Amino acid sequence: MPILPPGINETDFSAALGQFAETVGTNWVFTSDEDVALYRDAYSPFWGSDEEKLASAAVAPESVEEVQQIVRIANRYRIPLYPISTGKNYGYGGSAPVHSGSVVVDLKRMNRVLEIDERNATCLVEPGVSYFDLYNAIQEKGAKLWIDCPDPGWGSPIGNALDHGLGYTIGHFRDHFGSHCGMEVVLPNGEVLRTGPGGVPGSKTWQQYQYAFGPQLDGIFSQSNFGIVTKMGFWLAPEPEAFREDTVAVYNHDDLIPLVDVTSYLTNSSISNGLPGLGSPLLQAIGTSWGGPDSDPEHIALLQTSDRPALERYGREKNIPYWTCNIKTYGPKEVIDAQWAHAREKFASSIPGATFTEGEKLEFPLTYEQGEEYQQGRIAGGRVDFGIPNLSIFQIISRTPWNPNPKFGHYYFSPIIPKTGEAIFEASRVFTEAHDQLGLPRPPQGITSLPALYYQRSAMLLMALQVTRNIEVDQKNRSAFKELVKIAAEHGWGEYRTPPAFQDDVMNAYSFGNNALRRFNETIKDAIDPNGIISPGKSGIWPKNMRGA
Amino acid sequence: MVRRIAGISVSLSLLVMGQALAQDIERGREVFQYWCAPCHDDGEARPGTVALQILYSGEKPALLEERTDLLPEYTKTIVRTGISIMPFYRKTEISDADLDALAAYLAP
Repeated sequence: MPILPPGINETDFSAALGQFAETVGTNWVFTSDEDVALYRDAYSPFWGSDEEKLASAAVAPESVEEVQQIVRIANRYRIPLYPISTGKNYGYGGSAPVHSGSVVVDLKRMNRVLEIDERNATCLVEPGVSYFDLYNAIQEKGAKLWIDCPDPGWGSPIGNALDHGLGYTIGHFRDHFGSHCGMEVVLPNGEVLRTGPGGVPGSKTWQQYQYAFGPQLDGIFSQSNFGIVTKMGFWLAPEPEAFREDTVAVYNHDDLIPLVDVTSYLTNSSISNGLPGLGSPLLQAIGTSWGGPDSDPEHIALLQTSDRPALERYGREKNIPYWTCNIKTYGPKEVIDAQWAHAREKFASSIPGATFTEGEKLEFPLTYEQGEEYQQGRIAGGRVDFGIPNLSIFQIISRTPWNPNPKFGHYYFSPIIPKTGEAIFEASRVFTEAHDQLGLPRPPQGITSLPALYYQRSAMLLMALQVTRNIEVDQKNRSAFKELVKIAAEHGWGEYRTPPAFQDDVMNAYSFGNNALRRFNETIKDAIDPNGIISPGKSGIWPKNMRGA
Repeated sequence: MVRRIAGISVSLSLLVMGQALAQDIERGREVFQYWCAPCHDDGEARPGTVALQILYSGEKPALLEERTDLLPEYTKTIVRTGISIMPFYRKTEISDADLDALAAYLAP
C-alpha cells in the first residue's frame, strides 16, 4: 500500500480515489505499489532514502473536463495533486511530486496536436504531446516548419516551456516559454482560464498575439503551482533554406573577453542567429569541439601549474587555441555567407591573432543520412540544431568508452551569470574553489565549465551531480548542492531551474526585499488555492497550511 | 462429420491465433520504434546500443532486435524497473498490452 497524503485519513483518501475512478475510469487510477512506483523520479537525488519524495497514487485524465473534475474532488477532500506532462524532466525532477503523498495527475493521455498552422507558423498542443509527437505531426502534414527541441526529445513542449526549458535553433525560439503563445489553464477552483486573445470567446488570434487586455498572466503559470496547464500554443520557425557553422579560435587567456563581446554583438544584432558554443581546447573544458583529451605530458604538466604565459605559449606553438566559439547561422544561402563574412571581420578586427575554420554548409530539408552523419560526430547538439528530436544526449551519462561504469543519472546546478568574459572568469574561480571545498569532482584544468549561451543576453553554467543510489554519497552531494546555491547567491547569481530537492533553497536565494518574491507568490497561492491542492511546495511556494512544516 | 467440423474449427482457431500473434508482433514493432529505437536503434549516437556494445564486448548483439535471448518476462521487467541510466516507463506511456506486444516482438 503506497503512502497516504499527509493529514488525510484512509476513508477520505479512499473516497477521493473512488471519485477519481468514476471520472477517468478505474484503468486510469493507479494505486498498487508496483504502479505507483512507476511515478518515482528515476534520477532522484533522494533515491532509496527516507526523504525520497513519493506519490500516494496517480490519476490519468484524458480531457480538460476530467482535469476540472479531479481538481474539484481534490478540493473536496483536500488531496494534494502534482500534475506532470510527459514526466521526463530528468535532471530537474521526473514524475515524482515535490510534496510526498501527493496524487500525481498524469497528463500523458492528453496527447493531441490540436493545430498546426503553416501559414502563420504556430501550433497548439496538449501536455502529453512529446517533441517526437509534434515533430512527427508536422512531418505527416508536410508542413515546412521547425520545432525547437531540447536535448531529450521525449519531453513535452508544454512541460519544458513551463519549466523554462531551452533548445538549440534560431534566436528566440530557443527560449521555449518565451516563444509560447496562449495557454489554457485549469485553475485550483476547477474553472478554465485562457490567456492572451484566448480570453475572447471564439478568438481567431489565440496563437498569434501573446498579450491579452490587462495584465499578462502567462508567467505566473510557469514554474508555479497556480493551475494545471491543459493547452499551450507555440510559435514555430519556417524551415530555413540553409545553415552554416564556423569556428573562431583565439590563443590568449584574456581573449575570452572580446570573444564573448563580439559574439553578443552578433547575437543581439541577429547577424548570427544560431546558438553560439564556447570551448577551450587548451583547457580541455566541457564544450570543446577540438577533439579528445590531449595526452602530451608537457601539456598535462602545464595544466597543473598556474603559469598562464607558458600555457598560452604552448598553445600557440602547438596551434591549440585557448578559446573557441562556434558561430551558427540559419537563413538564405547567400545571406548566411554574407553574415558569416561580417562576423569574421568583427572577430578579426577585435581580436588580433584570431583564426577561423569555415564549416560545411547544409541545405534543408536534410536527408535522413545527413542528419545521422551530423549527429554521429557529436555527443550533444547535432540533430537538435535542426529541430529534430532524439535521445543522443544521454551519452553524456550512459555507458561509453569514456564512462565505462555509469551511475544512475544526474541533476544540474545551473546558475545564470552575466554574459561577459569577466563574469565567466569570476564564476570559474568561485565554483572551482567551491568544488574543491565541497569535495566535488571537477575538471582539473582550472575551469569548472564554460557557460551555455541559450539565452541571448545571459550565460548559464551547467554543473552535473551524479545520482549514485548510494544513500550516503547522494546525501553528501545534496548538501554540496545546497552550498553551491548559497555561494552563487552571495555573488548575485540565481539558478534558472532546479530539481524538487532544492526548490526551497533556490527560492530562498531570491531573497531581495526580505523574500518579497516568495511572499508575493505565497499571497497569490493563498488567494487562488486556499486548500493548497495544486503542487504544494513547487518552486518553494507552499500553501498557508504547510508553510514552516 | 463431427470430427471434420471440429478439425475445421481447430484450423480456424489456429489461423485466428496466428493473425492475432502477427498483429501483436506488428504492434510490438511499432512500440519498439516509438519508445526504444531512439536509444536502441543502430548507430553510434544511440546511447543504449553503444552501452550494450561495451557491456557485452561482442558476446551478444548490441542491437536488441538482433538478440535471441530476450525472454518476454525479462523485457517486461526491464521496462518497468529500468536499468542503469534507463528509467522505467509508466503505464500511460507503455500500457500492459503494449508491453506484452513489445515483449513478443523481441522474444526469441
